[in-house]
Amino acid sequence: MTGRLAELVRALGARIVDNWIWRLGFACRFLWFTLKESGPSFRRFHLTIREIYFTGVLSLIIILVSGLFVGMVLGLQGYDTLVRYGSSEALGVLVSLSLVRELGPVVAGLLFASRAGSAITAEIGLMKATEQLSAMEMMAVDPIARVVAPRFWAGVISMPLLAALFSAMGVFGGYLVGVRLIGVDEGSFWSQMQAAVDFREDVLNGVIKSLVFGIAVTWIAVYEGYDAPPTAEGVSGATTRTVVTSSLVLTALMFRGR
Amino acid sequence: MMTRKELDLWVGIFAVIGIGALLFLSLKVANLASFSAADSYQVNAKFENIGGLKVRAPVKSAGVVVGRVSDIRFDNESFEAVVSMNIDIRYQFPKDSSAKILTSGLLGEQYIGLSPGGDSVNLKNGETLKLTQSAVVLENLIGQFLYNKAAEGDGKK
Repeated sequence: MTGRLAELVRALGARIVDNWIWRLGFACRFLWFTLKESGPSFRRFHLTIREIYFTGVLSLIIILVSGLFVGMVLGLQGYDTLVRYGSSEALGVLVSLSLVRELGPVVAGLLFASRAGSAITAEIGLMKATEQLSAMEMMAVDPIARVVAPRFWAGVISMPLLAALFSAMGVFGGYLVGVRLIGVDEGSFWSQMQAAVDFREDVLNGVIKSLVFGIAVTWIAVYEGYDAPPTAEGVSGATTRTVVTSSLVLTALMFRGR
Repeated sequence: MMTRKELDLWVGIFAVIGIGALLFLSLKVANLASFSAADSYQVNAKFENIGGLKVRAPVKSAGVVVGRVSDIRFDNESFEAVVSMNIDIRYQFPKDSSAKILTSGLLGEQYIGLSPGGDSVNLKNGETLKLTQSAVVLENLIGQFLYNKAAEGDGKK
């Protein structure tokens, strides 16, 4: 009986060591190598610009549209609740604070993980499966400097800009529904918002948060792609893991950011 | 495939509107230009009861926001609340000014109202206001009202 119990605990321990500690250690070493090789990749900055186009510019549509609609929903539902207590002028405060502090970075991060993170993983994973990365090594081109570092930095640069755009669109959406559609007083909408939102406490905090989210999501994406088993199945599994892991990490980091 | 020039153009547009959104958030939403904590002086005030006053609540004089509450502590010797506020350096108040805790509207947020006194010397950084008036607590008011009503009833009998 005790023998079987010990066997079970041992199996659990082996799983934790293999799945978590080993992979975490590899991921940390991988991040270290990426940062070390960033110098040469910055000297050829057009590589990073190309990746900013793919991760940032092509994510614009989904970020802008969902930001607008999240803001509109916040405006509509917030108004419904606030009007019960006769304080519908505080709608601007509600919409802007929830977007700038929490929803902007988090929802933009989730969208970024599923739109850009999965693409990065699939691309690097397929490069590995078709032995393009080995071919680069054969030509004495470091694949981390040539492929991984530009994608990593592109994600880190794009994410704060996307989160800021998401929040700005959301505030605009809240303004459209609250002021234009329902008819909350425009002056008090903006002035109460400006009185309640602080630059350092709220806006700067949100930017720092989105930067941390950007680092986390792109790190996971490039690592999963580089680590993917070189088969069709392996690449698909790695892409799924990118989205799932980065969403979970984002929700965990969200409360660390308090 | 896109040419390098087109790519640069799109990334440039992306950077410009992203930074534009950041500027919008800091200038229009957070109103950075109007009040910064950098050039302000600190004044303390002791209150018997602060009601629902919170850190970062506005400090107003004649209805104009002149500063913000920066810290609220409990003084364990006088058993009073000590409220620190940062007041914009542009606004100077006499030394015998008084502070009240007021409520905007019936159920609105609470803020500190500063009423200027008549002293010729102005308040300096780190000084404490002598005259204060606590927040109105609704329960106390209702209790007093009921007590008065009961006293009236007794008088009629």
